[in-house]
Amino acid sequence: MKYQDEYRDRDLVQGLAERLRACAAGAGRAMTFMEVCGTHTMAIYQYGLRGLLPPEVRLISGPGCPVCVTPNTYLDKAIACCRLPDTIVATFGDMLRVPGSTSSLMEERARGADIRIVYSPLDAVKIASANPDRRVVFLGVGFETTAPTIAGSILAARTAGLANFLVLSAHKTMPTPMQALAADPELAIDGFICPAHVSTIIGADAYLPLAEEFGRPCVITGFEPADVLQGVLMLAGQVAKGESRVEIQYRRAVKPEGNRKAREILDQVFTPCDAEWRGLGTIPGSGLRIREEFAAFDVEQSLALTVEPSCEPAGCRCGDVLKGKITPFDCPLFATVCTADAPVGACMVSTEGTCAAAYKYGR
Amino acid sequence: MCLGVPMKLVSIDGTDAVAEIDGVQREASLMLLDEEVAVGDFVIVHAGFAITRLDEAEALETLSIMREVFDPEDMA
Repeated sequence: MKYQDEYRDRDLVQGLAERLRACAAGAGRAMTFMEVCGTHTMAIYQYGLRGLLPPEVRLISGPGCPVCVTPNTYLDKAIACCRLPDTIVATFGDMLRVPGSTSSLMEERARGADIRIVYSPLDAVKIASANPDRRVVFLGVGFETTAPTIAGSILAARTAGLANFLVLSAHKTMPTPMQALAADPELAIDGFICPAHVSTIIGADAYLPLAEEFGRPCVITGFEPADVLQGVLMLAGQVAKGESRVEIQYRRAVKPEGNRKAREILDQVFTPCDAEWRGLGTIPGSGLRIREEFAAFDVEQSLALTVEPSCEPAGCRCGDVLKGKITPFDCPLFATVCTADAPVGACMVSTEGTCAAAYKYGR
Repeated sequence: MCLGVPMKLVSIDGTDAVAEIDGVQREASLMLLDEEVAVGDFVIVHAGFAITRLDEAEALETLSIMREVFDPEDMA
């Protein structure tokens, strides 16, 4: 993008940091903001943005990595799928190394399972088209950014008349868990850095309840260093004035109403359901399941899977990291037992995970 | 997996497009877009789908607002 260099301009970033220092000092109180997007977490660590913050402003990471919040029960089902006869599992790459209860997709692939990494769910549809005598299961995880792409792929498979393309869906939606986190007194979150590309779909207005009913300032920011710092400055400005509104810093990509067409396609294929989140438990209405009309494309509605009881890795504190209750550095496994080369928990596996970002950039 | 990448559209055929960044070309479906785009426009591509057009005027406006922080009177 032609503006990328300017949004990384050192003077611009320093100027914004200076303004933030003045704003925070003027507010006369400490403030804690949470980012709930894995790409923001990566940017904050990668550009060392915490080092530019005044002492009054603290950033904590929330449940922003879709792979990380996916519970072990889902991975165990995915592993059960790849053990079915005549079955190809297609997935985004970062699901491969996430440990399930007793195995991982990578281990299953080493044992001979046909697991293929794809860039787009449409690639999985192409695999299904090229292998009519085999079943192709796509692992559908992600938030409102990803769910419409899966919906579009199911519609493409239906148009192509494919009967061998299925999705194991664990899609989740974002504003609902943010409300649960805002209501947690232990966290005392003063405002949210809202996810950027989720917001291109759902629009800024989706956060109005957080601002109006929960009294939490919300700012949607881009991913460049100047974007994030300006977003934090906008949040601090609201806190200093005692306001709680929804603001868009990332106006080049986000509109108040979002992307209606993407939402229509999403609603055509999916309907809300309760969802289990790693670390946050079951949150009513925070998930998306495939409508009965598309049952033929849904693993849950059309296949019987045998899954062993799920369990979590001993000592892993990913759940507390995802709630923002601890930082990766507070976990006794971090950088000792759990490393990027040998991850124990999901937050270290995914490149968007908080532990992976802290391990790569934060030490 | 949740990365959205700003890419330039280099060809469009119905809802099938090809987008490019740093010399790398990728297929990008336009079926989720709710606005008209043309070759040369920048879009955010996520998992093989363009999810929004990048607005050049808004990008410049944001930079302009950011640049105001260098105004000496403003910094006082």
